[in-house]
Amino acid sequence: MSTVTSSGFNVAQWWKRSRKTILPPLLGIGGFLLFWQLSASLGFTKLSGPLSLWTEERTRELLLYPFFDRGGLDKGLFLHTMSSLSRVAMGYTLAAVVGIGVGIAVGLNQALNRAFDPLFQFLRMVAPLAWVPIALVMFQQNQPAAIFVIFITSIWPILINTAEGVRQIPQDYRNVALVLQMSRKRFFTKILIPSALPYIFTGLRISIGLAWLAIIAAEIVMPGTPGIGFFIWDANQNGYVSDIVLGVIWIGAIGLILDRLMAWLQTRIATGR
Amino acid sequence: MTATLSIHDRPNASQAEPLLRFEGMGLAYPTPKGPYPVLENINFNVEAGEFICVIGHSGCGKSTLLNTVSGFAKPTSGQVLLKGAPIQRPGPDRMVVFQGYALLPWLSAYDNVALAIESVKPELSEREKRDIVMEHLAMVGLTAAAEKTISQLSGGMKQRVAIARALAIRPEVLILDEPFGALDAITKEELQEELLQIWNTQKCTVLMITHDIDEALFLADRLVMMTNGPAAGIGEVLTIDFPRPRSREDIMEDPKYYELRNNALDFLYNRFAHDDDAS
Repeated sequence: MSTVTSSGFNVAQWWKRSRKTILPPLLGIGGFLLFWQLSASLGFTKLSGPLSLWTEERTRELLLYPFFDRGGLDKGLFLHTMSSLSRVAMGYTLAAVVGIGVGIAVGLNQALNRAFDPLFQFLRMVAPLAWVPIALVMFQQNQPAAIFVIFITSIWPILINTAEGVRQIPQDYRNVALVLQMSRKRFFTKILIPSALPYIFTGLRISIGLAWLAIIAAEIVMPGTPGIGFFIWDANQNGYVSDIVLGVIWIGAIGLILDRLMAWLQTRIATGR
Repeated sequence: MTATLSIHDRPNASQAEPLLRFEGMGLAYPTPKGPYPVLENINFNVEAGEFICVIGHSGCGKSTLLNTVSGFAKPTSGQVLLKGAPIQRPGPDRMVVFQGYALLPWLSAYDNVALAIESVKPELSEREKRDIVMEHLAMVGLTAAAEKTISQLSGGMKQRVAIARALAIRPEVLILDEPFGALDAITKEELQEELLQIWNTQKCTVLMITHDIDEALFLADRLVMMTNGPAAGIGEVLTIDFPRPRSREDIMEDPKYYELRNNALDFLYNRFAHDDDAS
């Protein structure tokens, strides 16, 4: 084995090449954190600065040990997040199934579309938090109510994009199905679904973000159960500002990962054509 | 009428029912200002196994005429009969090679042809289906490209797949809407020859729209020339009786070729000149 050859890894060269893509975001984020810390230290805002994640002992423990579990609600943030994610998974899966199904029906049927489109356009403007009391009255139980809030927040982009994808199936493809007198099932699997797939994925990607955004609203209604949304709500009740900041960072990071994951799936599946 | 080449009905055609019969067929689109006539009083017979080309200026209703055969358009007066029965809806016995190919881009060339066979002849065994697909891909010279997706194929190859798909289901009538319009000259000539060969072996009836008089003279038994719309009709029908199999060189040496060609040109650019062309 030779050590460093001409084709081997060269730090100086690598830095020269990727400096332009690495330096600006580092400077941007660093500058933002500095500004935030300064305005907190100088007393411009009561919001604790980023350093408080370390200086507050309670928060530092949460930051360093995301996996601890002392039973009940006394858990690490990773475990809170997993509870939230499983809730989001249920609401989102339900939204995907119903959204794609109803979207196809509405996309294929003009009359159905005219009947329900105004309703969909109206309902999708309702904020997640506004659904909470309605969900509680509807289900009388916390868990189904929380899942419903996630479901009702995230279904609209899936539904509307799927319907649009079905409407956008080129007339040529429909004509092929007509002249071959394709069965309905074959038309669905061989033409409709593959043709609408890019639209469906766009909807799914927008919706995963919305489903995750709804988590706080959903978990406000669930006191006494673990979850990142409830964690933030609880910290708020107790006035632990630095805990809230840490929780928000977790939420942002998980949301980013979910979005990247869907983007990756989208390029894997929808561009294999 | 002085045009000696013009016949509307073959005098020596058998008395039996022709494969296709247009009977006083007309088609009008409804508009807010009342019906807009596209086609009017079309009377024409096509015998089984004939190769018919249709020519006419853009917008004169050539596509609409063929759509009444494929079943995508319904006559508003008169009727179109296939073996004596009025045409109701699209069906695989009247397969269409669409203008924009209409291949499914997420499938391979093989799967595009296979989908047609699975839809039309589900009773065949997997092996038989496979053999038919490969036979027809071979017919258009695409054996090596069978597993390529449509987006990897050139325009000429796409048109070959579309033709293979259409022929694989053994239609009685093959309908082509300007199939070679978007192709370069060499590919176009190759495909014309392949189409003739296949037509020769399969003996289906072909209805084809073209803008190219030479293409029509090389391929067709009869050339239908349409008058300008609105309310277009069949202006004249040229019988092209060069012996088959035809070679381009031979027919172009035949003095009759220029007689026919001039007749068609005269029809299109003098007698039924398009408004745009005349001005």
